[in-house]
Amino acid sequence: MAHAVDSAHADHHDHLPGFWRRWFYSTNHKDIGTLYLIFGFMAGIIGGILSIAMRLELQEPGLQFFANPQTFNVFVTGHGLIMVFFMVMPTLIGGFGNWFIPLMIGAPDMAFPRMNNISFWLLVAAFALMLCSLFVEGAPGSLGFGGGWTVYPPLSTTGHPGPALDFGILALHLAGASSILGAINFITTILNMRAPGMTLHKMPLFAWAMLVTAFLLLISLPVLAGAITMLLTDRNFGTTFFEPSGGGDPILYQHLFWFFGHPEVYIMILPAFGIVSHIISTFSKKPIFGYLGMAYAMVAIGVVGFVVWAHHMYTVGLSLQTQAYFVFATMVIAVPTGIKIFSWIATMWGGSIRFTAAMQWAIGFVFLFTVGGVTGVVLANAPVDRYMHDTYYVVAHFHYVLSLGAVFVIFAGIYYWFPKITGYIMPEWIGKVHFWIAFIGANVLFFPMHFLGLSGMPRRYADYPDAFAGWNLVSSIGSYIFGAGILFFMFGVVYALVRKEKAGDNPWGEGATTLEWTLSSPPPFHQFETLPRIVDTGH
Amino acid sequence: MTEAPHNQRKMQRTAFTCLGIVVGMVGLAYASVPLYDLFCRVTGFDGTPIVRDSNTSQVVDRTIAVRFDANVVPSLGWRFSPEKPEVKVKLGETMTVYYKVTNTSDKPATGIATYNVQPDLAATYFSKLECFCFTEQTLQPGETLESAVVFYIDPRLLQDSDVKNISSITLSYTYFPSKAGKPVAEVTSSTTSTVQ
Repeated sequence: MAHAVDSAHADHHDHLPGFWRRWFYSTNHKDIGTLYLIFGFMAGIIGGILSIAMRLELQEPGLQFFANPQTFNVFVTGHGLIMVFFMVMPTLIGGFGNWFIPLMIGAPDMAFPRMNNISFWLLVAAFALMLCSLFVEGAPGSLGFGGGWTVYPPLSTTGHPGPALDFGILALHLAGASSILGAINFITTILNMRAPGMTLHKMPLFAWAMLVTAFLLLISLPVLAGAITMLLTDRNFGTTFFEPSGGGDPILYQHLFWFFGHPEVYIMILPAFGIVSHIISTFSKKPIFGYLGMAYAMVAIGVVGFVVWAHHMYTVGLSLQTQAYFVFATMVIAVPTGIKIFSWIATMWGGSIRFTAAMQWAIGFVFLFTVGGVTGVVLANAPVDRYMHDTYYVVAHFHYVLSLGAVFVIFAGIYYWFPKITGYIMPEWIGKVHFWIAFIGANVLFFPMHFLGLSGMPRRYADYPDAFAGWNLVSSIGSYIFGAGILFFMFGVVYALVRKEKAGDNPWGEGATTLEWTLSSPPPFHQFETLPRIVDTGH
Repeated sequence: MTEAPHNQRKMQRTAFTCLGIVVGMVGLAYASVPLYDLFCRVTGFDGTPIVRDSNTSQVVDRTIAVRFDANVVPSLGWRFSPEKPEVKVKLGETMTVYYKVTNTSDKPATGIATYNVQPDLAATYFSKLECFCFTEQTLQPGETLESAVVFYIDPRLLQDSDVKNISSITLSYTYFPSKAGKPVAEVTSSTTSTVQ
């Protein structure tokens, strides 16, 4: 901030750096946020193409496209890792978090802008390594790692002697380092740089969500880093952390992985909870119902999320008492989640609702996330899980909460903040048409998977008995509809950018009360050189 | 930004606290390996038999079948088998069973045995007084070695609702090649060469 200017005219005095300096050496939270959004979208396209290829293969029984079924497993693994680490997390945390956390809490930028830049470029390097992993040998005679995103030994230690998994592990190391640095940045920003008068209990819910998410990242990611480093040394340097021949135990890896892996699913959904709260409040023209309950429900989900990990491992031979504990603890999470769902409904109740595109996506999220949550309660039962474990029922469950949960909120957030980010209005009909294509496509895609799972179809196979043919065809058609929706979305973004209809400071009217709507659209390159003072109690 | 220096210190303190959490969690992840091992040995969690010094329990009139399973990683070239596949023991009764291992290849080789008990939950009660696990053994070509396993089943098994009704317990041994502390690389390279 070498040129401190009068804040009232800040937007007229922005001296933008040149293209290379602005985008490659960027330390500006909005530019880095934009980079994250673009990166997440491109990674999502690649992950999406992998999933379309999987649905093409599964459309009919028999092998159609994959000469080697192991390649199908590589696609499954790649799809999972890319969507989790390179699509959902960068978009929700890196993208929306970087863009709107400083704006919402009235800060001029993130606490450590240069570290922010490192976080982003580490992620690009990580993604490059991840893509390399797809093109080097993994299992003997095939390319890429095909052991699933959970990377369980011994398949990952003795089953894949080629270097593919080593690339994958290093990619996860870099992505993890990137996320940890990002988390430190968010925590420092939120705890120290709030505008005068904005106490923690007046902070917008998205900031609360990011604060809890950052702590989850901080505590869980180092455990993953440790576990995959042990895998790496087991594979290459003769250690025996998970190798029975040296006294190691593969089950220990599962404990370590899921100690990270379960909080990870909350890392992906909590920012979405925050965004949905703002959208529903804005378009109901009401403050969010039960603000403190909403904030502390997220804290509770974060805390309880750390003590339920073994519900992913009911089938490894845990004692009855241990299983009973994990069943109970898992179901407890339904309570804070229920508080959030009912508070969103209560916010809409009696509100002056406008069904804008963003609002439709948000309501779609509340509905579909609830469906995913209900199947989660079903799966939480250890005896039921004996039957459902690793079937398509599980696939349906986690896609309802992630693909239809987190991804719907990503689009809700884009339609909500598009005018603020770009300064242009996105025509409402684009978001609405996209919503209905995606809503129908996603449900046609994932709902039949419940039936497939209930009738016993296992995950992670390229082929299946003829009995499962019908619903697999329906499911594949759904994936093409959803994919068409993504193409329509790309058209919509280009259309809005070409049309250049200017957006005002606050295109959503009086319901939008957070600080980002007090700035111009797009916000000035540097904002809040005079810190805003928070006096009212609105959230 | 007039209060910058003060805020800067606060921010650094927050950032370093966060960094401390990260370092601590990495440490915990590694500490979990010996801790988990200790936990398994003490509680018999995950099929780890308990090693005890002596049998102080009463013999109870309840018979259980103990099955013996012997495996060798193919690349080792050894033959490994128990003297009998199954014995019936009373709970609390001390039992000795011999395993015989022969090097059938034409090269001397070093192996190391690991063991496991199935079902996992019964391992707490499978008490070993003497065994040949986790000691390296070098066998010359054609050499045969007899090793003893001395064990008893702890009668407290009858008080555990998870396992009190089981009729059999399996003790499984596996011989892995072990050479100069690099068993993993050995296993990986040799098994893949046999696959191809």
